[in-house]
Amino acid sequence: MEEIFKEYEDKLPAKLIDDIKKNLPANITKAKLKEIFEKVVDEYEKAKIDVGECVGLVAAESIGEPGTQMTLNTFHFAGVSEMNVTMGLPRIIEILDGRKSISTPMVEVYLKAPYNQGGNVKELAMQIKEVVVEDVASEFSINLVDAIVEIRINENKAKNYGLTAAAVGKIISKSFKGIAVKQNGSSLIVKLDDKEESLNKTYKLKERLKLIHIAGVKGIKQVLPVKKGNEYIILTAGTNMKSILTLEFVDATRTRSNDVHEIRDVFGIEAARQVIIDELMKVIKSQGISIDMRHIMLVADTMCVSGYVKGITRYGVVNDKSSVLARASFETPIKHIIKASLVGEEDKLNSVIENVMLNQVVPSGTGLPGLTMKLPKKT
Amino acid sequence: MTEKSEHVLVPKHTKLSEKDKKALLEKYTITLKEIPKILKSDPAIAHLGLQEGDVVKIFRKSHTSGESVYYRGVINA
Repeated sequence: MEEIFKEYEDKLPAKLIDDIKKNLPANITKAKLKEIFEKVVDEYEKAKIDVGECVGLVAAESIGEPGTQMTLNTFHFAGVSEMNVTMGLPRIIEILDGRKSISTPMVEVYLKAPYNQGGNVKELAMQIKEVVVEDVASEFSINLVDAIVEIRINENKAKNYGLTAAAVGKIISKSFKGIAVKQNGSSLIVKLDDKEESLNKTYKLKERLKLIHIAGVKGIKQVLPVKKGNEYIILTAGTNMKSILTLEFVDATRTRSNDVHEIRDVFGIEAARQVIIDELMKVIKSQGISIDMRHIMLVADTMCVSGYVKGITRYGVVNDKSSVLARASFETPIKHIIKASLVGEEDKLNSVIENVMLNQVVPSGTGLPGLTMKLPKKT
Repeated sequence: MTEKSEHVLVPKHTKLSEKDKKALLEKYTITLKEIPKILKSDPAIAHLGLQEGDVVKIFRKSHTSGESVYYRGVINA
């Protein structure tokens, strides 16, 4: 039995072999099994895409048509809180354009075994959330006469993050040069060392003091513990994978962000490709339309071919096309043609669109094979 | 800290031997320039220590076929 499975390993994808294994009746003869395999291979070969098929065009139409039915609403509320995620058409456009900064970055933080059973998940979430001075202060005031800024720390708020007024004062004095910090009860008095005291400088100091990062992970604006399956995970608004992954309670093998470029930087191009597919499928599913995953996979592969994530824009994958006419046919034609003529670019007319423009047979489908003939030798 | 290559999103990357590389390029009648690229600095292949011109074999988990094989040529920068 086993050798038959081995024999077809190269001819069939792993999933089909597994399916056959699962559905086999208990007492099957070798001959019958072989017959089954032969039939499956036949069907599989028939289902393969033919050489020269315009897969890109089919994918474009298959994604584009259901896309017209997508609702235009931008936001989807994840859970009960005020956390919202960009969904629908705007999100699809964002992914396909390969935007560097997305409108609602989000991280799904998975937790390691003892932490993911709930219990202190709220405290862990608080550890991830970015805390700035503003979050723990109840009042900022400027004393014009002495040119000092007084920060009144709300002790209760600070306690939530495991901080005290003294600790906040220490962090402030460390993160700024040229200031003196004094503690007075629950208040912090910050004074510029500069001898020339000016109102402008003091005012600027106050604004900068508000945004000093004192605890948590930078860039994480909101946290939300939720139950997923039988474990607790933390959703965050804002993303900073590099710092989150270093946290001791975070499961670094599953935690993921929805920012494709960040994933590429942290995990590499293959992970980015997978995230593009997953994120697109998530939107498509939430809209209740069905697009075959293979089309999405083709698009994701195209975006990741160069080792970088490139969007379907004139700066991204279209810019990489070797043909001038193909690039010009997308957007800003005159710019491309002028640039090409200045450097004397050559167009080999290897692809489809440039041949359409020149009224020639396109190299796809039945236009792909050429004909060569061996002339009889003259005697 | 856990290795980047252990993440669920990162498929298995392996280096292709010179002999297999030649066989691959011959099978599809292509040159190294024509296969998809991966940066030398890519976090997923950092532990392999590859040079420009090497080919990486990637075993992707695929929703449609269980496992699929993909190749990427290593480039600089």
